[in-house]
Amino acid sequence: MATVHLPRSLVALFPGAPRTVEVEGDDVASVIAALDGGIPGLRDRLVDAGPVLREHINVYVDGERATLRTPVARDSVVHVIPAVSGGSADPAGAGA
Amino acid sequence: MADRLALLIGTKKGAFVITGDDDRERWSVRGPLCEGWPIHDVSYDASTGAILAGGGSPWYGPAVWRSDDLGETWSHSSDGLTYGDDGPKIATVWNVTAAHGTVWAGVDPAGLFRSDDGGRTWSHVQALRDHPSRPEWSPGAGGLCLHTIIPHPDDPDRLWVGISAVGMFETRDGGATFELRNKGVRADFHPDRYPEFGQCVHKAILATGTAETLLQQNHCGVYRSADGGRSWTEITGSLPSDFGFAMGGHPTRPETAWIVPLNGADKGRYVPDAAMAVWRTRDAGDSWQRLSSGLPQQDAYLAVLREAMAVDRLDPAGVYIGTSAGVLYGSRDEGDSWRPIAEHLPPIWSVDSVAVG
Repeated sequence: MATVHLPRSLVALFPGAPRTVEVEGDDVASVIAALDGGIPGLRDRLVDAGPVLREHINVYVDGERATLRTPVARDSVVHVIPAVSGGSADPAGAGA
Repeated sequence: MADRLALLIGTKKGAFVITGDDDRERWSVRGPLCEGWPIHDVSYDASTGAILAGGGSPWYGPAVWRSDDLGETWSHSSDGLTYGDDGPKIATVWNVTAAHGTVWAGVDPAGLFRSDDGGRTWSHVQALRDHPSRPEWSPGAGGLCLHTIIPHPDDPDRLWVGISAVGMFETRDGGATFELRNKGVRADFHPDRYPEFGQCVHKAILATGTAETLLQQNHCGVYRSADGGRSWTEITGSLPSDFGFAMGGHPTRPETAWIVPLNGADKGRYVPDAAMAVWRTRDAGDSWQRLSSGLPQQDAYLAVLREAMAVDRLDPAGVYIGTSAGVLYGSRDEGDSWRPIAEHLPPIWSVDSVAVG
């Protein structure tokens, strides 16, 4: 099973969720689907319409930047990391 | 004894719950809640006692948060809050409003969603985005956002919504169809100053105790409608500006309302002359009174945004306004005098008040 490391700001949205999870999956999309099975709602936090990874979410498989279609091996290590670029002000602002 | 109040605050950096004493004298701030997400709107579902918060994380996307214990613990969901994999990406939730057993959410890009299970799952109200005007919708400065939702007080099938730079709509059949409600509203930035749609509504409210009287703060003036938005009459009158966002109505007197004019769309969007004032009407907009006692009268380069005003249900009514500078002001005398309740919050985007016993 792949080992998935989740960021603090993500697990904080799901009380009791662990920072590290072992899941089955042969690509990033199926790994995230497996995560969502144990932590309902988690996929919506990582995946946008398309489907694609959300703009400011980075996923690395064995140290390489990944997309939803990137293969995942049984002994892969997957890191989910919020991008530095996501910390800017809400672009929607409030109209003033 | 007066009811104790909780003020529900949405900010650029999370939600806050501010609890008052019996006299609305001392206040206790709790937050930031919702994991510090930008929260555009926090509202209360009186039928369930739930606090609902709508917003969006720059990393994790849009969601509606729910707390059943006055903000102590929260859950969140965006299950169904999507236009589908072929549709545009939803950036954030701008408004969350509960009525008649349904929770409604307005989002950016503009659309309306409903939840019939308290916010756990959502379904798209497709008819609004199927409206013939939709190909011509274009965003305002705040984006293409559905920011105003007004349920009819008695008829669960009726609902008004407001979209920036598009205007007001009404459904009378539970969201199966929508009709434009912009007649008589100016759009000075449009070649036709009175188009069928394209007006930039900033905020609208239903006058208390009425079923058809609406008030609207627009990009281009303040308006009143006596026929559920089918026609509007401008009531900008003596106001120092036709531009502003926030608007609040009296809990028992439909002729009384408050607004906070700003200096103008292209003049910085702060209070006129950097002197803060709330303006009150007691005759449904025929005349306006400037109220500034206790508010900063110089160097106040700040705004009060569209959801950042609330009115409690006590007598005399308390009025609460949150500024873009993170100061929450309160008045216990219907706006005659003001004082700060919290002075160092993040930029405030929404204020609501609820009696908590």
